[in-house]
Amino acid sequence: MEKVILSGNEAIAQGAFQAGVGLGIGYPGTPSTEIIEVLEKKKGPECAWSINEKVALEQAYGACVTGLRSLVTMKHVGVNVAADPLFTFAYMGVNGGLVIVTADDPGMHSSQNEQDNRWYALHAKVPMLEPSDSQECIDFTALAFELSERYDVPVFLRMVTRVCHSRSVVEIDPEQKYVRQVRDYERNVPKFVTLPAHARARRVILEENLNKLTKDQAAKGINRMEITDRDIGIITSGAAYNYVKEAFGDRYSVLKLGLVYPIDQEIVYEFARQVKKIYVVEELDPYLEFNIRALGVECEGKKYICPFYELNPQIVAASLSKAGLEPLEELDPAAEEPAANVPVRPPILCAGCPHRSFFYLAKREKVTVVGDIGCYTLGAAPPLDGIDVSACMGGGYAIALGLTLNPPEGKKIFGVVGDSTFYHSGITGAIDSIFNKRHFVPVVLDNRITAMTGHQPNPGSGQTLSGEETFMQEPRRIFKAVGYDRVMEVNAYDLQKLRDAIREAKETEERVAIVIKSPCRLLKGVEKGTVPEIDKEACQQCKACLRLGCPAISLGSEGYPVIDSLGCAGCGVCKQVCKHDAIKEKEQEVEK
Amino acid sequence: MDQGVKRIMLAGVGGQGILLASRILTSGLLKAGFDVKSSEVHGMAQRGGSVVTQLSYGKKVYSPISGAGAVDLLVTLEKLEALRYVHFLKKNGSLLMNAKEIPSLPVLIGAAEYPADIEERLSSYPISLYTIDADREAEKLGNLKVMNVVLLGAMVKLAGLSELVDWPSVVAESVKPAYREINLKAFTAGQNLV
Ligand SMILES: Cc1ncc(C[n+]2csc(CCOP(=O)(O)OP(=O)(O)O)c2C)c(N)n1
Ligand code: SF4
Ligand code: SF4
Repeated sequence: MEKVILSGNEAIAQGAFQAGVGLGIGYPGTPSTEIIEVLEKKKGPECAWSINEKVALEQAYGACVTGLRSLVTMKHVGVNVAADPLFTFAYMGVNGGLVIVTADDPGMHSSQNEQDNRWYALHAKVPMLEPSDSQECIDFTALAFELSERYDVPVFLRMVTRVCHSRSVVEIDPEQKYVRQVRDYERNVPKFVTLPAHARARRVILEENLNKLTKDQAAKGINRMEITDRDIGIITSGAAYNYVKEAFGDRYSVLKLGLVYPIDQEIVYEFARQVKKIYVVEELDPYLEFNIRALGVECEGKKYICPFYELNPQIVAASLSKAGLEPLEELDPAAEEPAANVPVRPPILCAGCPHRSFFYLAKREKVTVVGDIGCYTLGAAPPLDGIDVSACMGGGYAIALGLTLNPPEGKKIFGVVGDSTFYHSGITGAIDSIFNKRHFVPVVLDNRITAMTGHQPNPGSGQTLSGEETFMQEPRRIFKAVGYDRVMEVNAYDLQKLRDAIREAKETEERVAIVIKSPCRLLKGVEKGTVPEIDKEACQQCKACLRLGCPAISLGSEGYPVIDSLGCAGCGVCKQVCKHDAIKEKEQEVEK
Repeated sequence: MDQGVKRIMLAGVGGQGILLASRILTSGLLKAGFDVKSSEVHGMAQRGGSVVTQLSYGKKVYSPISGAGAVDLLVTLEKLEALRYVHFLKKNGSLLMNAKEIPSLPVLIGAAEYPADIEERLSSYPISLYTIDADREAEKLGNLKVMNVVLLGAMVKLAGLSELVDWPSVVAESVKPAYREINLKAFTAGQNLV
């Protein structure tokens, strides 16, 4: 064995590899993404990016029916997309083990909400394990596969950002060989075909299996009592356990639950006998608190601990101080408050990003834009300010459909999605539009990749996760096939053509779609163009170029814009927005 | 916190190479026999936004993150980020700041001004402030990208970790062979700056 440092995500991949997983599949989403990427590099398991979470889970289930162990990964909101099959798979049970990673994002580092997916376990009746660090990620993954097979249920691994993206010491065997675990397949219609009569029978079996699982010695083994004090005990799990231990060390007793669904009543009652007063420390919702109260055990939690955003050791210490608990360390900060008047530093579209021009023009052409999730959501921020509504993947088209019923200020509605989003769940909204004759203008910002989450290939990229060549989808063909009269394909860097396309789409009665095709600037092989410079004699200081929000253009001290030649991608968009012809290619050839 | 845990926080701007610096530091601390946990931010913030990683080491470490007022050493690859995160420091903590200014979007478009008095404002805090120009050192070495490793050299020294492990070999193992030499020079340059 060797000691190495792994992130939680790398550790899940390691655990799945050690468990002989046959298929690793998912849809990218921070903070879950690296699990599949790392697993793919290990060679052995089949690995793939699916087009969305529902399709990923269903594929994983199919593989598990045949006897393979399958791992499926997604971010918390992805489970919403996959929820339909999830609830029924719980009834049907598995053949090969099926482990579902839900990666939650308390504090919304990279997400549109911070939903607490522990409720999904309770709601769908899918057992859930919650690791605290990378070693537990390895161990719990292996255990999850075993429990899944032993008790005939899918099993959740619940991760949060601070476990996914935290690195800690683990022990692994670097020589470990991949041994694929496969069970025999037997046709079993009452189990695998959910007619109501079959489902009713499976419903009871599920309940029995869940009961048996709470008595499993290995499952019990990940719930741990650390009795160090007879007065006060803290029940916690996952990342919150780390914060509790760092804040209070061994000062109070702790019950750490590794299995957060179903909850092992016996250990909760035992803990309640061992200590006089129980506090529950958990991030987000009072999930454990509700469940422990429902067992008739008195406890307090959210009375002191904030029910939203992330926790950390200092927040836990300060919160429970109000209940009279004494943290190990007295906080003595350098300042009580953050410094005032610090300009914000929001994420922005890269210099030369192909998404920029559409939002710049859409605002000036006065159309209503329903956006979606991806790098291009940043088109909502000033100075581009080019999005009116944006919520969830696929919503870019489907919400736009709803807006057509009562268009604000009578403006034409444009629905805007990225290519990955288009394949994920955008397409359905476009088909509905044709079906119900509600016309909005669907736009695809086709940069050929899933950029926001770190450049994963999608059906339009022409290659799979492993880099193998595959059929390259074209949104144009898909629009044509589902009934659009005309599809305008435009280069993102040709402002005149793009403006014409928007204007035409605004006016026409035809069913039109716009595909803006230009690859993400960060893709390999995308070359830097010629860097322009500002001609101060021609510049009228109108600041039109600054309204592009390109990070390579800044307002210089003399009131003239300045182009940073290192940062500039040479996309040429600023040249086209300048009405005074003051942004010009440099006289001499620049180095490529 | 009793357990003698030390906490380091690195802050900078997406694309400045903060993850590599933090990973090399983590590997070195592990080699030195410490328990280590670190926390990184991936995703959205990397598009030119403000980026933070945290790292704790000691005999036994539970939490990879710490809150405001609890950090021993704050290292910022950019000046504005020093001001943004200075309140994470403990009283008498150390701030190692790279003298680089990267205007953020509101500054770029003229909607806000880049504060001119960052050093002054920072010096009013009860902390030890060390300002270095890591970009200039990196430029002298012929590759701006090794700025992160210059800072790493300086932070290792400030944290009193220089002697605990053979840092040059840790650095060498963490970068591609072609970049070994320049990164080693960058590390040494950083050590000599504080
Ligand atoms: C249901 C769901 N799954 C995954 C995500 C994570 N996610 C956010 S943006 C994004 C990628 C969008 O890619 P694309 O539409 O191609 O736009 P780009 O980032 O390339 O501009 C993903 C997968 C999410 N927000 N919601
Ligand atoms: S990563 Fe690509 S798509 Fe995302 S902002 Fe940068 S250039 Fe645009
Ligand atoms: S050409 Fe202009 S808009 Fe394009 S990246 Fe360079 S400065 Fe930005």
